[in-house]
Amino acid sequence: MKQTFAIGIGGAAGQGVATPGDIFAKIFSRRGLNLNAYNAYQSIIRGGHTFLTIRTGPEKVTNMGDRIDLLIPLNQDSMDRHLNLLTAGASCIYNADTIKPGSAADGVQLCPLPVSELADITRNKIAQNTLAIGAGLHMMAVGFPALEEVLREQFKKKGDAVIAENVGVARAGYDYAAAHFTAFAKPLPKTDNRYAIVSGNTAMAMGGAAAGVKFYCAYPMSPSTGVLHWMAAHARKAGIMVRQVEDEIGVINMAIGAAHSGVRAMCATSGGGFALMSEGLGMSAMIETPVVVIDCQRAGPSTGVPTKTEQGDLWQMLGAAFGDYPRIIAAPLDIGDCFKLIPEIFNLADRFQCPGLVLCDLLLSEGRLSVHPNDLDFSPPIDRGELITTANGASSAAPTNGGYKRYKITESGISPRAVPGLPGYVHTAATDEHQEDGVLISDEFTNPIKRRAMMEKRMRKVAGIEAAVPPPVLSGPPNADVTLIGWGSTSGVIEEACELLNEQGISANQLQIRWLVPLHGEAILEILRGSRHTIIIENNYSGQFARYLRSETSFVPSGHIRKYDGEPFMPHHIVDAVKEQLAGNTKLSVPMHEIMV
Amino acid sequence: MATSVQRTSQLTMADLKGKADPDWCPGCGDFGVLAALQKALVELRIPNHNIVTISGIGCSSNLPGYVNTYGMHTLHGRALAVATGLKLANHELTILVTGGDGDGFGIGGNHFVHSMRRNVDLLYIVMDNQIYGLTTGQTSPTSRVGMKTKSMPFGNIEAPVNPISLALAAGATFIARGFSGEQKHLTELIKQGIEHRGFSFLDVFSPCVTYNHDNTYQWFRPRVKKLEDDPAYDPADWTAAMERSLLWGEEIPIGKFFERTDVPTLHGAEPVLNEGPLVHRDLRVPPDVARSFIEELM
Repeated sequence: MKQTFAIGIGGAAGQGVATPGDIFAKIFSRRGLNLNAYNAYQSIIRGGHTFLTIRTGPEKVTNMGDRIDLLIPLNQDSMDRHLNLLTAGASCIYNADTIKPGSAADGVQLCPLPVSELADITRNKIAQNTLAIGAGLHMMAVGFPALEEVLREQFKKKGDAVIAENVGVARAGYDYAAAHFTAFAKPLPKTDNRYAIVSGNTAMAMGGAAAGVKFYCAYPMSPSTGVLHWMAAHARKAGIMVRQVEDEIGVINMAIGAAHSGVRAMCATSGGGFALMSEGLGMSAMIETPVVVIDCQRAGPSTGVPTKTEQGDLWQMLGAAFGDYPRIIAAPLDIGDCFKLIPEIFNLADRFQCPGLVLCDLLLSEGRLSVHPNDLDFSPPIDRGELITTANGASSAAPTNGGYKRYKITESGISPRAVPGLPGYVHTAATDEHQEDGVLISDEFTNPIKRRAMMEKRMRKVAGIEAAVPPPVLSGPPNADVTLIGWGSTSGVIEEACELLNEQGISANQLQIRWLVPLHGEAILEILRGSRHTIIIENNYSGQFARYLRSETSFVPSGHIRKYDGEPFMPHHIVDAVKEQLAGNTKLSVPMHEIMV
Repeated sequence: MATSVQRTSQLTMADLKGKADPDWCPGCGDFGVLAALQKALVELRIPNHNIVTISGIGCSSNLPGYVNTYGMHTLHGRALAVATGLKLANHELTILVTGGDGDGFGIGGNHFVHSMRRNVDLLYIVMDNQIYGLTTGQTSPTSRVGMKTKSMPFGNIEAPVNPISLALAAGATFIARGFSGEQKHLTELIKQGIEHRGFSFLDVFSPCVTYNHDNTYQWFRPRVKKLEDDPAYDPADWTAAMERSLLWGEEIPIGKFFERTDVPTLHGAEPVLNEGPLVHRDLRVPPDVARSFIEELM
């Protein structure tokens, strides 16, 4: 089993859960450790209960794991909810002045901090947090200078007095732990690696910048708003026009308008906003102007559970907008992939002049992962497809005057695309059905032959897209007892579940789907023909991917594991469910999430 | 519009004739708007490849196909949003947005209000016929109270929107009303609207000869009075413009209600565009900037 260490910090919104989380994350990252962070929170700005899990280790940490090693409850509520989930070897650091512990399992160390004795709480409102960080780091055998360095950065803007105050409080916690608490059995490891700590939203925004996005617009909607925040903060440095628009209908239309000029344009939203964008996606396909749209899924339907994760928008995306049209849909596999996918999907959208859709979710959007800086490649391949610009010969365009056909019927279905401002290529792009030169068919006469030819032209792109996208591959041992099938963000947790199953003598392999459209159904069938037992795992109620796979291939798996309580899968949810299914107890497992946040 | 608008040496009405002929009903007010638009463009001598005519959906929204400029025939109500994106990505282009009252004030009302407060640099011409024509005659946001249509056969009970007052309240920086039956006057207003830097709104009475039997040419002709004929009227006076905008009945003002030139355009206020249009930029983020983005996260 991989060596990992997980910290859970719980408290009310506004109590400062995020700051200790950031401090721990920075210290782990600077020790060369990987980390994965997930914040379970409520849709309120103050109060309620939030619980941040940070899991770290020398190897890749793909998910939040099953176990908390160090619990830091910032209020009684967090103590009551989480203490009974700790197991032997874990510790709980808490403010002894305000919080009473319940009964803990054998082998769990309770670490009460006499906060008012150690710090002047009238001056320092977050003293309990800082003391706990200091104490915790001592127990992990992390040297104090690492914490001092981060605190100095954290409070840089507030001046030397505030820095000294907080370093002093942290030191008091550190020393108190040395005198009173038992350190963890294994000291926190250290490596020479260096990682960036990235959220999925930041990764997708940076991926957009790397892809050459020049126009980004959005309407705020959790959990996608982080993309807007990164874009807005970095717009001037990156030369990106960022606009906040009146609604998501305006967003998609504004993005398509910008894209029509020839720039790369992107927007992000969640399921509700995506619903409003549907008609615009049809326009993108019809006028053949590429645009990239990100849907950061949250639990639906309707307003649903705004701060919780789900994979419930697949069918919305498959069916978005009326009529048949070519589209590309991809679901990033992890936060690093959130970055990498954006330039890839822009190249495809540009080549095939159709919408490129990214199906992300809250787990990745708001989660954080250590990513190697080399994996944040700002020089990815860029392919604009058959775009006519002044740079590639449009200046000699005069002879084409009057003869240019924007929607020329070609074997590939792709027609060379000229943008407004070029002499000699004047044309109208219309959402009405049109003929090759852009003239509306309905304005001339109703013409079934032209309509059919134009429909077939557009839909011929589907074959090209399929050829341009690789089929999925099976990972793990061949001829396994069980094949676990997932899509998008469940990649990491399924990978760990497979490792745990293999350690426990059940050989398991994994088929994770990244490209949803095109699906490569034949290739998937070929892989699954060799599987003994197949289970589809997804974060929704109805098995949206299972239904999609069946509709495309007629494939029916041996069983399903589904979760739709708003929280992501933990590895043991999958491991336990696989075991009960292999024992023949059920074909549908719906694991219960133990920590009620 | 932009100060650096290119001018071509010669442009004729024939140059501006679109690939298709209009399919409007004979006598439709939109013919007059199309003709006035083409005349205005001929007089302004802006090269047609630097103009984009963008519309929504409806009878009048078919206009981009009838004028030989770059064109976009977008979705019902969405022309202004599309136009805003296009202008921000390439602000060297001259943007004309055309459509009807249902498209602009009904389904597109949200974008209408926000485009005006943003002062997007474009001319928005609404061919206002106070009826839904392409859907064969239903009540529109500008239909008068009492008007009988297929959707309100016992008479409209909803008060109409006042496009001029709305535009004044929303912050449009050029606001005018024209009449399809007053060609020279309309052409002049279109020219002024194109030359204005900022959001130019031009509401044009464009009678529907098929479905609106209340607001006909005959009904408008004796009523329309040009603001330009009143020497006391000052289009810089917002309050006076608001007062005149409320006039409706025996006398209906047309002409330039309001203009101010001291408000920055949306593209002019955005420092990201200081180095020129986005469409001409290198796609790559400079390596040192990219490095700084990653270092922030370490």
